[in-house]
Amino acid sequence: MNAIIFSALWGVVMMFSGIVTQNKKTITGLSVLGLVLLLFINCLHAYGIWVIKLDTLGALHFDSIGLFFNAIAIFATLLYVVLSGKDIENTGVHAAEYYALLFFVLTGVSILTAFNGLLMLFLGIEIMTIPLYILTGADKRNLKSNEASLKYFLMGSFSTGIMLMGIALIYGATGKFGIAGGISLAPSTGLAVRPSFLEVGGMILLFVSMCFKVSAAPFHFWTPDVYDGAPAVFTSFMATIVKSAGFFAFIKLFDAHTAVLGDSWNILVPFVILITLLIGNITAVFQQSVKRMLAYSSIAQAGFMLFALYGNNDLSKEGILLYAFSYSLATIGIFAVLIKLKDYSLDGFNGLATEYPLLAFSTAICLLSLAGIPLTGGFFAKYYMLSAAIKAGGIFWLVIVAVLLAAVSVYYYFRVIQAMYFKSGAPSFNQPITKAFQFTLFGVAVMIILLGLFPNLLLNFFYF
Amino acid sequence: MIPVLLILIPLITGLITFAFSTADSAKKIALLSAVATLVVAGWSVCCTPASALRFDIAWLPVMGSRFTLEMDGMSKMLCLLTGISFPMIFLAIFRQETKSAPAFFGWMLLSQAGLMGVFLAADALVFYFFWELALIPVYFLCSIWGGERRIAVTFKFFIYTFLGSLLMLTGIIYLSYHSPGASFAIEALTKAALSETQRNGLFWLFFIAFAIKMPIFPLHTWQPDAYEESPTAVTMVMSGIMVKMGLYAVVRWLLPVYPQSSALYSDVIIAFSVIGILYASFIAMQQNNLKRLIAYSSIAHIGLMCAALFTAQPSAYQGVMIQMFSHGINVIGLWIIADAIEKQLGTRLLSEMGGLAQKAPTLAILLVIMGLANVALPLTNSFIGEFMMFNGLFRYNMVWAGVAGISIILAAVYTLRMIQKVLYGPLNPTTETATDIPATAKWALFVLVVLVIVGGVYPQPLIDLTNDTVQALITKH
Repeated sequence: MNAIIFSALWGVVMMFSGIVTQNKKTITGLSVLGLVLLLFINCLHAYGIWVIKLDTLGALHFDSIGLFFNAIAIFATLLYVVLSGKDIENTGVHAAEYYALLFFVLTGVSILTAFNGLLMLFLGIEIMTIPLYILTGADKRNLKSNEASLKYFLMGSFSTGIMLMGIALIYGATGKFGIAGGISLAPSTGLAVRPSFLEVGGMILLFVSMCFKVSAAPFHFWTPDVYDGAPAVFTSFMATIVKSAGFFAFIKLFDAHTAVLGDSWNILVPFVILITLLIGNITAVFQQSVKRMLAYSSIAQAGFMLFALYGNNDLSKEGILLYAFSYSLATIGIFAVLIKLKDYSLDGFNGLATEYPLLAFSTAICLLSLAGIPLTGGFFAKYYMLSAAIKAGGIFWLVIVAVLLAAVSVYYYFRVIQAMYFKSGAPSFNQPITKAFQFTLFGVAVMIILLGLFPNLLLNFFYF
Repeated sequence: MIPVLLILIPLITGLITFAFSTADSAKKIALLSAVATLVVAGWSVCCTPASALRFDIAWLPVMGSRFTLEMDGMSKMLCLLTGISFPMIFLAIFRQETKSAPAFFGWMLLSQAGLMGVFLAADALVFYFFWELALIPVYFLCSIWGGERRIAVTFKFFIYTFLGSLLMLTGIIYLSYHSPGASFAIEALTKAALSETQRNGLFWLFFIAFAIKMPIFPLHTWQPDAYEESPTAVTMVMSGIMVKMGLYAVVRWLLPVYPQSSALYSDVIIAFSVIGILYASFIAMQQNNLKRLIAYSSIAHIGLMCAALFTAQPSAYQGVMIQMFSHGINVIGLWIIADAIEKQLGTRLLSEMGGLAQKAPTLAILLVIMGLANVALPLTNSFIGEFMMFNGLFRYNMVWAGVAGISIILAAVYTLRMIQKVLYGPLNPTTETATDIPATAKWALFVLVVLVIVGGVYPQPLIDLTNDTVQALITKH
C-alpha cells in the first residue's frame, strides 16, 4: 500500500517539478531521491509500518513475496535512473514528465504485485502500460519512435480488449472477480466439477493477453518493432522492469488456476515456451543491430521465464524473483552502454575493451549473465527455471530443447564480447563516459557476480 | 586445506597478475605461482591424513549443494600433472615475446584454477561450475592470442563444449532431484532412484558432454582447428590437461553413477572410440601440418583411453590412470618442440622442413625421445599404460583389441614420418639458418624427458597413487 500511494504522489511531484525548475540535474536528483524513499517505504511495509488501512474489500493482498518483488523492481529502476539519467534528460524536451511517467509505471507495478482480483489486475496492467505508450513516443521528432508508439498502442489496446473479454467471461461464469478459483468438488459425489465453458474460455483469453504483455510467441510481433523504435533508454526500462512485473502478475494469476484448464494447460504452456524460445533465439542470431538483438533476446529470455509458469511450485516463485533481478540488472547494464554509443550495430562495440577496459569488463559480465554462464546471476536464474520444470515433470524434452537453444544464445551474446575484445576499432560516444558511470556499471557487474556466487543472499530475504 | 590451496593460489595470483604493467614481472609472478602450486600438489601426494585432503563448507543450503572438495588417488595424480605442466609451459615460453603479457599469464593462471577445481570437486554443482570456468579463460586466451582464424575457431570450440555442458547440467539437475535428500554430493548421486529408461537417458546426457571434451569421434571436429589456431601455450593446456577433464569425469561422474548403463553401452562407445582411433591415425599419417598431426595423434590416444575405460577390466583402469599422466607429459613435450620449430622457421608445414638434425642437435634428440614416447616404445612412460589398456581391451573383446591394436603400428608410422621429415633430409632455404632450441625451453624439456624415462622404468609410484580409485571402480562394477 505504501508503495502504491507514494509512487503516485511522487509522480505528481515530478510532474510539477518541471514548472519550478528547468535544471535537468535537479530533476534527475529529485527522482533518485523519490526512488530511494520509495524503496525504503516499500520495505517498511514488510514490517507493518506506515500502512494506510484502507478496506480494499480483498481486492489487494500484500504478501512478502509481492513486496519483495516490488522492492526488486524499485531497486532496478533506481539503478536504471542512476545509470541512464543523463540519457533520459537528453531525450526530447520534457525530462520531468518522463520521470513522472516512470513513477506512474511503478504504481502499476506495485498494484500488480499485490492484486487479488481480476479487476485490480486489469487496473495494474493499464496503469503500467499507458505511460509506456507515451514513453515509446517520447522522441517526438523521430518517425520511428512515433510509429513504434502507435503500433504499441494499437496492439496494446487490442490485447487489453481481449483481457477484458476474458475477465467478463469469468465473471459471467463464477459471479466474482476473485482469483482464488480452482476446481471445486461437488458435495454429493466428491468428484471434481467440470469448469464451465465460459470459465475456460475466459481463462484462455486471459492467458493470451498476458502472453502478449510479456511478449511470448506467438503474440510477440510487436516487441522487436517497439523495442527498436522506442528511444533506447525507455526500451531498457520496458524490457526489464515492466516485463518482469508482467511475468510476476502472469504467474500469480495462474497460480491457483491451472486446474481450471486441466490437461490443456500441459499442452498450451509447453507449446508457448517452445515457440517463444525458438523464435527468440533463432531470430536473434541474425540481427546486426545490438538493440534489435536485445529485443529478440528478451523474447528468448521470456521463454525461459515461462518455465516458472509451467512449474508452478516453490522453485518457480523463488526462481522468477532471481530471474527478474539478474535479468534486469544485466539488461539495464548493457543498455546503459548501448545508449551512449553512436552506432547501435555490432561494429559500434569494436575495440571498446582497449579504450575502456572497466566498461568492457562490466558489459561482458552482463552478457555472460544473460547467456547463463556460471559465476553470474544469470546461471542460477536459468538453473532455477530448469529445476522448476524438472520438478514439475512431464516436459523433460522441452528442458533439453531449451538448453540447446541456450547454447544458440551464446552465439549472439558472445558476438558483442568478440566485438569488444577481439576486434579493433574506435567506439564513438554521444556523450563523455564519466568515471562515475564506469564505476556504477562495475558495481552492477559485481552484484551480478555476487548473485552468481551466493544466490542465497537474495533468496534469504525471501524467507524472512 | 590442500584442495583449497590448489585452487586459491592460481586464482589469486592470476587476478593479481592482471594488474601488473610489465611483461617481465607478470612472467615471474606467474612462474612463481605455478611452482608454489606444484609444491602444494607434490605435498598432497605425500601427505597421508585424509582430513587434509577434504574440504567441505555449506554453500547453497537451499539447493542442497555444498562446496565440497576431495582428493583421491586420481585427483592427486591429475593435480600433480596440472602442477607440473604449468611451470613447464611457463618456462618454455619464458623468453618469448607475448603481447600484453600480464593479461595472458593472468588468464593462464585462472584456467589452472578452473582445472584444479574440476579435478577436486566432489559435489556435482561445484563440478559443473569449475567445468565451465576452466573454459572461459581458454576462450579468451585463444581468441586474443591465437592464429589467423582464431575467433571463428574458438567460437566453434566454445559453443561445442558449452552445449555439452548444458546437457550435462540438465542431467545433473534431474539426477540430484531423484537422489536421496535432493543433494548434489557424489555419494548421494550414486544412490539415486532411477528407472532403467531414466538411467540410460541420463547416461547419454553426461557422456555427450564428456565425449565432446575428450574428444571422441564424431564429436572431435572442433579439436584440430582449435589446437592449430590457439597459441601453443594454450594448446599445451588444452591437450595436456583439458582433455583429461573428459576422461576424469567419466571415471568420477559416469562409471560409478551409472554402472549398469555403462556396461550396457560399452560396445557402442568402444566402437566409436576405435573408429576414432583409426580415423585419427590415418589422418595423422597424411598430415603435412605439424600442429594438426599432433592434434590427430592426440585424438587417437584419447580414443584408446576412453575405450579402455568402458572395458570394466582392472588392468585397463590402471592403464588409463598411468596413461592420463604420461600422455599429458608427452604431448606437452611435443608441443614445446613444435612451438620451438615454428618460432624458428616461421612455418608448421612438414614439406618445408628438413635437415634440422644438423642445425639443432639438442632439439633433434629431444624430439626423437618425445616421438618414441608418443609411439609407446618400451622404457618410455606410455608403454606401461598402453600395454595395460590393450591387455584390458583384449580380455573384454579380442576383436576390438585387434582392431585398436593396428593403431600401435599407425602411431609408429606417423610419428616416425614426422621425425624423418623434420630432422633428416637435405637442408632447404627455410632451415638453413636454424639454430638450436632456447635455453629455458630446453630445461623444461629436460625435466619432461626425465619424467618420461623414469615413468617408463619405474611406474609403480603412479600405480600405487591411483590404486584406491581403481579399487573403488572395480567394486562399483
